[in-house]
Amino acid sequence: MKLIQTALAGTLESSDAQVTVENAENGIEISIESNVINQYGRQIKETVLETLDRLGVENARVKVVDKGALDCTLRARVECAVFRACGVDKDYPWGGAIR
Amino acid sequence: MTQIQRLKRLRRSMLFLSAQRPALIKDAYIFKPDSLLLDLEDAVAENQKDAARFSLYHALKTVDYRGVERVVRINGLDTPHWQEDIRVAVAGGADMIRISKCETADDVRTVVRHIEMAEEEFKSEPGYTLVMAALESPLGVLNAYEICIACPERMVGVAISGGDFRKSMQTKYYPGGLEMLGGRATMLLAARAAGVQCFDTVFTNLDDIEGFRAEVEQNKQMGFDGKSLISPRQIAIVHEVFAPTEKEIAEAEKIVRVWRENSAKGIGVFSVDGKMIDIAFIPGAERVIMMAKASGLYKGDL
Amino acid sequence: MKNAVNREIPDELLQNGRKPFMGSGYYDGAEHQKVAPVVRAREKSFESKVLPSIREAIQQCGMKDGMTISFHHHFREGDYVINMVMEEVVALGIKDVTIAASSVGAAHDPVAEYIEQGIVVGLQTSGIRGKIGEAVSNGKLKTPAILRSHGGRVRAIEQGEVHIDIAFIGAPTSDCYGNARGVGGKSDCGVLSYAMVDAQHADKVVVITDTLVDFPNFPPSIQAVNVDYVVVVDAIGDPKKIATKAARMSQDPRDLMMAEYCAKVIAATPYFKDGFSFQTGAGGPSLAANRFLEPMLLEKNYKIKWIIGGITKPAVDLLNKGLVETIVDAQDFDIDSVRSVQDNPRHFEISTSQYASPGNKGAFVNKLDFVILAALEVDTDFNVNVITGSDGVLRGAPGGHPDTAAGAKCTIIVTPLVRGRMPTICERVVTVTTPGECVDVVVTDYGIAVNPRRPDLLAALTEAGLPLKTIEELKNEAYQIVGVPDQVEFYDRVVAIMEARDGSILDVVRQTKPMKL
Repeated sequence: MKLIQTALAGTLESSDAQVTVENAENGIEISIESNVINQYGRQIKETVLETLDRLGVENARVKVVDKGALDCTLRARVECAVFRACGVDKDYPWGGAIR
Repeated sequence: MTQIQRLKRLRRSMLFLSAQRPALIKDAYIFKPDSLLLDLEDAVAENQKDAARFSLYHALKTVDYRGVERVVRINGLDTPHWQEDIRVAVAGGADMIRISKCETADDVRTVVRHIEMAEEEFKSEPGYTLVMAALESPLGVLNAYEICIACPERMVGVAISGGDFRKSMQTKYYPGGLEMLGGRATMLLAARAAGVQCFDTVFTNLDDIEGFRAEVEQNKQMGFDGKSLISPRQIAIVHEVFAPTEKEIAEAEKIVRVWRENSAKGIGVFSVDGKMIDIAFIPGAERVIMMAKASGLYKGDL
Repeated sequence: MKNAVNREIPDELLQNGRKPFMGSGYYDGAEHQKVAPVVRAREKSFESKVLPSIREAIQQCGMKDGMTISFHHHFREGDYVINMVMEEVVALGIKDVTIAASSVGAAHDPVAEYIEQGIVVGLQTSGIRGKIGEAVSNGKLKTPAILRSHGGRVRAIEQGEVHIDIAFIGAPTSDCYGNARGVGGKSDCGVLSYAMVDAQHADKVVVITDTLVDFPNFPPSIQAVNVDYVVVVDAIGDPKKIATKAARMSQDPRDLMMAEYCAKVIAATPYFKDGFSFQTGAGGPSLAANRFLEPMLLEKNYKIKWIIGGITKPAVDLLNKGLVETIVDAQDFDIDSVRSVQDNPRHFEISTSQYASPGNKGAFVNKLDFVILAALEVDTDFNVNVITGSDGVLRGAPGGHPDTAAGAKCTIIVTPLVRGRMPTICERVVTVTTPGECVDVVVTDYGIAVNPRRPDLLAALTEAGLPLKTIEELKNEAYQIVGVPDQVEFYDRVVAIMEARDGSILDVVRQTKPMKL
């Protein structure tokens, strides 16, 4: 998927994560801020990259401000930000690229 | 569970949660409500409907709700959201869809048609997704019976939604519930006539614990199956009020036992403690046992 | 070598009589000689010990490089005393200072700067938060900080392991001779329990107050016979942060659920009978347990004989309702408890030695029936961590946790299974502050685990039909929800020593490694 605009999803509430995505030229650039970075930073990064890969996003600058979100929440926020950035708002591929 | 068991399962407490709030949906099962209502409608701001669907989808797919029923409340049929809501609920494997602002049997049929399409699209088990209808207007209440029988294989029951209903009746909340009497009674009659379940509206003043308890007691007297709730703190009170007494449990157990023995011998009518018992008493007695088990009050082998 | 809680203690720390932790109660019955301070006699008649400034007091006390000065934390996050004193110490060019405080927090962030500058080289405390915690964790303090429980601190002072050169004691009221009290002023903290032992064992004692009252200020918490000087300042602290408004009873359904479990655990044990004794921490679910306890007391027509500890409004309410006979008080957390200790004749101030020291001839904690405590982490050996955060940084307080846990017949730890994404019940806590052998029951929102060392309690709780799980089951459930955490990485360097109550080494805290993804 190609990002056509900058988009944000999620909140800064506890157990949530705020994800911002914007288009970039050379691959995936990712920055993560988290209060559990020591124990879960690696897993957060893996989840974000995996989600982007599944959505077919090849170029993006991604910023994650994590407040202790579970993997399922991280996926939901990344997907929501990406679909918003691509201007898609219906007929989502549930169970396909969204898994 | 068979489809009949799924349709008839115990639903004393249905706890509303915004599907958009991860802190709520990630483990609300610890409060042990009978059902969780994951809300895509009023609890979600208009510009966050999409975000709520993504978090709903992954919660349904990932979180082990430990046997708690997962109901999704979709947006009204007069909004641009409900079709996508149905798709995500079915794709995620929700147990039930709650139709908000339901006014006619056609509303039910429309939703069911889209559920069927979604079940096909996502290769889910046909007929798995149950439905219930929230009646929020006088018209909805007057059409309750038609609504209740619109789709017998999926229809769990009806719930009244007090906020909107009171407004259209030109009234507001009063302790004692006289303002809701007509609506509640009409809906209950329809539900019982159709053989489906019936649920009362939320009680919004969390600080008024006595008022809440009084309303739940009235719900039980009127014959409701359960109640929609807005806070986990309300669950224990509902379960306590709905719990059968020791005497009721003992009586129910006896009826069921004697019935089983007698019906094996081909006897249809018999007496228990001087009371004439026939098959008509059995569903009630079985419900008491089910309720007692759920309340942790019955540990027997029935 | 590995100690009794299976922690590797570097050999180089096991010198000069320092021993690894051998188990709770290992030193029971051991004898020691208490140390006594140097006292400058005042034989002649004189009118007042009041000096014009803190600087003058520091100079009169003869403070030199390398000295140890002590403070208490009754003013909590409202304390001005440590910063006022340290500012003058630094201005006078004094170096290599060791701070021995009963606790330090965010109110003392300026001290972190003095640690970075190498002016403060040692820290001994029962609590460490804010920038000081970060500075120590980042290896900025020259010598390892020494962390002790409240009772352990008293023991260490009495046995001379900490020698206090000068004690600076902030006091809400004092007279011109140094009779000081926790009440009667504009910054009341209720009691001065932590400072009592400092006053008795420091070579020099300075009382700092903002309310000078007529002589004699009686009955005193700090006696004039132990005080060298008195300094009057404009404000010793921020009254709003010293005695806060009583915390509203938590309405969080999760807290309430856990609080109810705690009350049910108490009711299921054989110690729940008329006249039991009780302590709760000040956390949400611990405090809420009081609310569930009350109807149980009424139902059985039981009374609590005594409540001890950090005192809060719920305890005071029980006292006023006649459901508690006596409160013994080593710290006050809110205005209600401050007023109660001032006015209620059944509410008594005690010293931290009376409260919790393992080194005296028998402290209150040894007779405690129940204590309900919080935790940052609990591991599958029931070890508790209340000092290091999930990132390994010092940000907590052992306080009375290890003391009450060791003393109470039934120690209940209450904590949600996970916080955000952090599993509270885990394989191995970052730092052991309370050894697992002292923990009896762990209450979580996902169920209750009983320490296998307590088959009697396990039987009682099973009988009561409580939702029991093993600690492993709870840990597995936590990991299943949040994922298995990676180990926090540290450098080898030890930045703090966690002492057991008896002074042996329970665990060490190492310098944190910055996380790189």
